[in-house]
Amino acid sequence: MAVTENKLAFDGGWGYDPAPESTDHIKVKSRYGLFINGDFVKPEKGKYFDTVNPATEEKLSRVADASQADVDKAVKAAREAYRGPWGRMKPAERGKYIYRIARIMQERAREFSVIETLDGGKPIRESRDIDVPLAAAHFFYYAGWADKLEYAFPGRTAKSLGVAGQVIPWNFPLLMAAWKIAPALACGNTVVLKPAETTPLTALKLAEVVAEAGLPPGVVNIVTGAGATGAAIVEHSGVDKVAFTGSTNVGRIIQKALAGTNKKYTLELGGKAANIIFADAAIDQAVEGIVNGIFFNQGHVCCAGSRLFVQESVADEVISKLKDRMETLIVGDPLDKNTDIGAINSSMQLEKIQSYLKIGKAEGGDMHQSSCRLPKKGYWCRPTIFTGVSQSSRVVQEEIFGPVLAIQTFRRYDEALTKANNTPYGLSGGIWTDKGSKIFKMTQDIRAGVVWANTFNKFDPTSPFGGYKESGVGREGGLHGLDAYVKLGA
Amino acid sequence: MAAKRLAVAKTYKIYIGGKFPRTESGRYFSFEDKQGNVVANMCRGSRKDFRNSVVAARKAQPGWAKASAYLRSQILYRIAEMLEGRRDQFIAELQLQGAAARAAEKEVDLSIDRLIYFAGWADKYQQVFSAVNPVNSSHFNFSVLEPTGVVSILAPDDSGLLGLISNIAPAIVGGNTCVVLASESKPLSAVSFAEVLHASDVPGGVVNILTGFRSELTEFFASHMDVNAIVYCDGRKAVARTVQELAADNIKRVIARDQVDWLRDAQDPYLIRDTQEVKTTWHPIGT
Repeated sequence: MAVTENKLAFDGGWGYDPAPESTDHIKVKSRYGLFINGDFVKPEKGKYFDTVNPATEEKLSRVADASQADVDKAVKAAREAYRGPWGRMKPAERGKYIYRIARIMQERAREFSVIETLDGGKPIRESRDIDVPLAAAHFFYYAGWADKLEYAFPGRTAKSLGVAGQVIPWNFPLLMAAWKIAPALACGNTVVLKPAETTPLTALKLAEVVAEAGLPPGVVNIVTGAGATGAAIVEHSGVDKVAFTGSTNVGRIIQKALAGTNKKYTLELGGKAANIIFADAAIDQAVEGIVNGIFFNQGHVCCAGSRLFVQESVADEVISKLKDRMETLIVGDPLDKNTDIGAINSSMQLEKIQSYLKIGKAEGGDMHQSSCRLPKKGYWCRPTIFTGVSQSSRVVQEEIFGPVLAIQTFRRYDEALTKANNTPYGLSGGIWTDKGSKIFKMTQDIRAGVVWANTFNKFDPTSPFGGYKESGVGREGGLHGLDAYVKLGA
Repeated sequence: MAAKRLAVAKTYKIYIGGKFPRTESGRYFSFEDKQGNVVANMCRGSRKDFRNSVVAARKAQPGWAKASAYLRSQILYRIAEMLEGRRDQFIAELQLQGAAARAAEKEVDLSIDRLIYFAGWADKYQQVFSAVNPVNSSHFNFSVLEPTGVVSILAPDDSGLLGLISNIAPAIVGGNTCVVLASESKPLSAVSFAEVLHASDVPGGVVNILTGFRSELTEFFASHMDVNAIVYCDGRKAVARTVQELAADNIKRVIARDQVDWLRDAQDPYLIRDTQEVKTTWHPIGT
């Protein structure tokens, strides 16, 4: 008897009606100054730049381009707040201010999600369910540490560092601001933070929240700008601690720039995570994990599962199911609640991703993309997989930071492990199997700071995050994340 | 009266991968006592010696990290036992290196006790520094320490034995392997300590000790791409800058111990934590 394979009919006429989130309740000013010493002020040189919606290429607002003089002002304000009210405040009171920030963010969550999606291109479902609630949860978590630091470092006394200079990326704009600011404040520091130039709006809205919460002026300063502004913060002699999240190349430059200074630093850098599927895994769940691992947030994720290793005996099945699943992914309007994959964050990033697609093909890889239609305006990339690639392929070795997955196969445990660890990065990893002992072995053997077993891309304020090797120095989140913002005395 | 017996002088060599070769470069520098007598021709270690050491350290690292905490504890304890047995030799050697008799005695005793101290931490620091994290979802989530890998150590110049041990012990008790540049002005006790390690069931390659010139070797210790962390104990600003700049090539962890009083401050589990990574593991909870 002939066996016919059941296939889903993707062209069966079952379309989705648009389900856009409304934008009428949000407030975005046409122009933003710098948030210094508790007020929005004009930049010294009067320069501004546009921030655009990557899904429509329309201008959303103009934001200030901070110069050295502006950074000087911000650092000075932070220093004065540190010497003054914030430094002298009782830790429990400090904690209460941070709790206030968390509460106001929760109250204004919808506004934050919509602006995050407008400015960065990520699907509203993700900003609504992940970015914004997690950011508020971070403030809530660290608020409680403010008066309990003596329990975090047995045998030692934790003292604040002073002024923290923080530079964050565009992939999780508000969440990264929360990761940086919450622990810094809880430990008694003041901050000068620069959001990424393509996604400054939610950090500026956060400045409004800080003002609304009544924090003393200068405790949190938000300065916008591009690389030069970031460099001015990192190299500023009035900064005691530098926290950076971004590429390994920039991290290396920062680490060099800080040589010979006494500044403490944490670096959250790039990654090229291995996601390893064993034959005894629950295959359908694993396929969902692969999709979440690489297509979450358009693949603009430092810990994305961008290298897939599938055990040979199930490779055909996994890849075929993955291709089917890719066909169901909806790419388009980030504000639509049905959208799975939003807009690529900027034209520059889209160019970079496209150059890697060319490289992958030129190196002999087989490229497969889903067949979805893309909007005419805006920056888009279809979910993409490469098969027929090897360990030396550039799409296997280099961080693409887009929805591009490189797939290889393996036969034995040792082969999977050797291939997985064959990278200068060490941020994250994933393993899928139903066998408990194999989970413990693989999660121990992978050289990476975060390992997900039978899940992927999960984050939590209580859970430390950070890389081995060239993926960075230090941890953010959890008890271990406090360490970055204190010096330990006897 | 019988003729005075001719003493047998010891050849001081370097320690790489559990063996005592001479430097591949064939170079030497003289170590002289206070009276200016040549006590030994020390190996003037080279870049190649260092690279060979890193290969040995990398090879030994996974096995050493997998050794149980109980076993690592016993091996560190065994080092202390071996050192105790050669206490008089080390006191004499420290005196040769310029220490007064009582200071030499104190340094050796503290060195033995420090090994015992860190031996005891082997199966405890994990419990002090790890965490189970109460995440807001149905997952079991925990964070543990793992060794950062291969550590290069520029041992302090002013403390030939105690300073050396205070840097080696916390690195290896946590499952790292290391390559150490011994004190340049007090190198004898480092080589003799390598002999103690060799007799203490420390697997070859876990500790590698070179003698040589700091001015020549510092840059290689800092820049090597297969070294995960560097410890330096030199307070000079120019040295700190060089080490930190070169370490950035592969985002090494840089640990400065330039203000440590080795007699008092180095008895501390946070020294172990300096060369550890935090790994967080997630697993869903379900049926």
